[in-house]
Amino acid sequence: MATGKSTTGNAGGAVFRPYSPSQSRQSDRSASDRLRHRAKIREAIRDNIADIVAEEAIIGRSGDTIVKVPIRGIKEYRFVYGDNSGQVGQGDGDSQPGQVVGKDQDGQGQPQQGGDEPGVDYYETDISIDELVDLMFEDLELPDMERKALKQTIAQRTTRRKGYRRAGIRAHLDKKRTMKSRIRRKVATLPNGNGGDNHMAITTPDAGGGGRFRFHKGDMRYRRRKPDIAYESNAVVICIMDTSGSMDTTKKYLARSFFFLLYQFVRTRYDTIDLVFVAHDAKASEVSEDDFFHKGESGGTLISSGYAKALEIIAERYHPSLWNVYAFHCSDGDNFEYDNPKAIKLAKELCDSCNLFGYGEIKPDTGLFGQSSMLKKFEEIKSDNYQAVSIKGKEDVWSSFKAFLSKERKAEQS
Amino acid sequence: MAVNYDIKDLQRWDAVIREKVEEFGLDCFPQEFEVCDHHQMLTAMAYSGMPSHYPHWSYGKSYERQKTMYDHGVSGLPYEMVINSDPSIAYLMSDNSLCLQILTIAHVYGHNDFFKNNFTFDHIRAEHVVGQFKSHADRVRQYVESPSIGEEKVERWLDSAHALSFQCRRNPGIRKLGREEQEDWLHKQSQPPHDPFSAIHKPVETEEPDLHKFPLEPEEDILLFIRDHNPRLEDWQRDILTIVHDEAMYFLPQIETKTINEGWACYWHRAIMNALELPADIHMEFLVRHNQVVRPTPGSINPYNLGLNLWDDIERRYTDPSPAEADLIPDMGKPARDKLFEIRETDRDVSFLRRFLTEECMRKADLFEHQKKGNERVITKVSDEENWQDVKETLLRFTGTGSMPVISIIDADCDGARTMLLRHAFDGRELQMEYAEKALRYIHHLWGRKVVLETRLQEEEILWTYGDEGFGQQSVH
Repeated sequence: MATGKSTTGNAGGAVFRPYSPSQSRQSDRSASDRLRHRAKIREAIRDNIADIVAEEAIIGRSGDTIVKVPIRGIKEYRFVYGDNSGQVGQGDGDSQPGQVVGKDQDGQGQPQQGGDEPGVDYYETDISIDELVDLMFEDLELPDMERKALKQTIAQRTTRRKGYRRAGIRAHLDKKRTMKSRIRRKVATLPNGNGGDNHMAITTPDAGGGGRFRFHKGDMRYRRRKPDIAYESNAVVICIMDTSGSMDTTKKYLARSFFFLLYQFVRTRYDTIDLVFVAHDAKASEVSEDDFFHKGESGGTLISSGYAKALEIIAERYHPSLWNVYAFHCSDGDNFEYDNPKAIKLAKELCDSCNLFGYGEIKPDTGLFGQSSMLKKFEEIKSDNYQAVSIKGKEDVWSSFKAFLSKERKAEQS
Repeated sequence: MAVNYDIKDLQRWDAVIREKVEEFGLDCFPQEFEVCDHHQMLTAMAYSGMPSHYPHWSYGKSYERQKTMYDHGVSGLPYEMVINSDPSIAYLMSDNSLCLQILTIAHVYGHNDFFKNNFTFDHIRAEHVVGQFKSHADRVRQYVESPSIGEEKVERWLDSAHALSFQCRRNPGIRKLGREEQEDWLHKQSQPPHDPFSAIHKPVETEEPDLHKFPLEPEEDILLFIRDHNPRLEDWQRDILTIVHDEAMYFLPQIETKTINEGWACYWHRAIMNALELPADIHMEFLVRHNQVVRPTPGSINPYNLGLNLWDDIERRYTDPSPAEADLIPDMGKPARDKLFEIRETDRDVSFLRRFLTEECMRKADLFEHQKKGNERVITKVSDEENWQDVKETLLRFTGTGSMPVISIIDADCDGARTMLLRHAFDGRELQMEYAEKALRYIHHLWGRKVVLETRLQEEEILWTYGDEGFGQQSVH
């Protein structure tokens, strides 16, 4: 191949091909294989999402942070030897019998699960939170979104199928149509083409006798795509969190994990949705998202105060006739007894003005009896759009979150 | 990258090195060098240096792994990468220092000579290697792009084939017998040995061999066997099995000669560098780099270190033997270098280590045997007077293809429903079960029928099966 670069050889000597940066940038031939590997990793991450979500490293970070996610490596299985026999190593001069030379590969940092799994090597992969969030929220959406009046904002720019054409990129190839047009051409090119008995011709294998009837460029049919803009109604998500003294570090951590997921979910999926943060102990106040996630408070608990604040905000700024309202509340349910009737009343009111009112009760198993629970008391709320979950530990965060937002929820209810 | 030399300098140094190469009597393929950056080097490593190679995600994984290790400084990039072809192609990193480039060029000629002359590479037609890999790449891409096959099917088929690529005959030098020859052979085996007094002896009862058995002899080439005997495969599937097998055959000799080959290249780069009249600063840097490459890596075994030490020891024995050695050495009095050239032609790692790894060398390298105890690996034997032979045996068992289990097809139709029976040649080392299960699933995918593997686990003979209903285990009694 005659190329511009100088391929120089000296008499009888070796050929040297000098380095050219442009060449290097053009010929990234491992790109597609890396992409495919990446796709396989994403699949693996999706399979383990519940474990990953609960990782401390992920909660409370901004979107472009890169986190290390432990995943089961994409292994290439072959027949290999186990570890029942000795192996040989090299020492630094004075090795003695009995000396420990290393840990077994599976011994490190991995919870004890099934002792009969040697070499289950977890490896870590870098992934940005945005990418992770993308994967996590693939099948979730805010339920029961209704069309409301007033401004309609662009929620999504996507493309939609519209018709077919003869040129395009391979990803858009429509195999079925391509096959059909090939068959059509095959029939048309048959030697006894008097059109009399075409169905006979089709069933005659390779009437031409010349092997396989190949695809021709003209057979290819590609799907055509057209830009599509989806509009969405206005919506607001109100996050209400109990920050009272009874919410210890663990509980706060769980509550924050939950709201962090919610926050990420709304931020990535719905560009135009408003978020309101309400923190309450004995009295409630609207706070910034930074304070909401990072500041601790203390004091007694009056759940009603949080609800009252939420209702006030709704009345003031987000009238239910114009807005889809979603309210979520996390608390340990340790409410002052005298406040309960009021809290229940306000909760019902919230149900009336919201598309969904979710209550998550955080009760780590502490072994203490006699803790008050609002879950029981809220049972008298009969509204369809009320949903309660109990969060006992890290592993429940994701499942409760899904319970609130799965698309399937609608199907189950109807 | 600011480097203080250009391609002309490299050519000048190459010319001087070649002079030495010829003077020393190394016998090389024509050599080509490609100067590349670290990205190209990583890519070259992922595809084993082949200018073109078929696509598969595992090469993307290999790239990512190498890159991660490089980025985090766990491992550097190799200074050089050289492939066995005619002409031989080697990659030089563009931002290496001049000293490293000279060192690398000298090292590459060592490998080049080894590839051309060592017997394990005899079956490879070096002049066709690059073209062959290109043809493989073209064929696989054609299947990927064919509307009736597509990427997903090809990938799944390659996944399965890759898992078994090294389940093949270990010695391509030995000719495989055809069906008729096998029958003749079995027939001959079943006859009594020739007896000059048969007239007066009682005739010996002989049993005719069972010629319905299939395969007649245990078959180690699993991919080829499936290719030839699974009636339901399509052409492209057969072709991919051939491709994967061919590539395995290309890499097999390199697995068999890791230590001897690296040792040989190190031996010659040192000899060449010392023979060149290097400027003092370059020479100093060379000494440092050389020591980095050939120093032992505690914990595992550095083939550069072990290989070079052995070559040095052999040379010493032929030039300056101890009185005890002098009697034992064959061809004494032959020039040492002649002997070295002979060994580089006739040995591979297993024989090289078996013949030349002495107690002395093992103690110098501080080789030991370690075993799993609980969660740790503990040294059980060191190379002392009592145990060095045991340690050596263990080392030999894991040398070259010895680190891969031998599994052969015993019967491809053991129950009339095309169930395939495989046997693991058990030598004390157990199979890793999780991996074996997955590998069996791959054979099942390729063979399309139930597969059964006979092996031993914890002193007990067991059968692992993989059929439509999944994986199963039963003990044999």
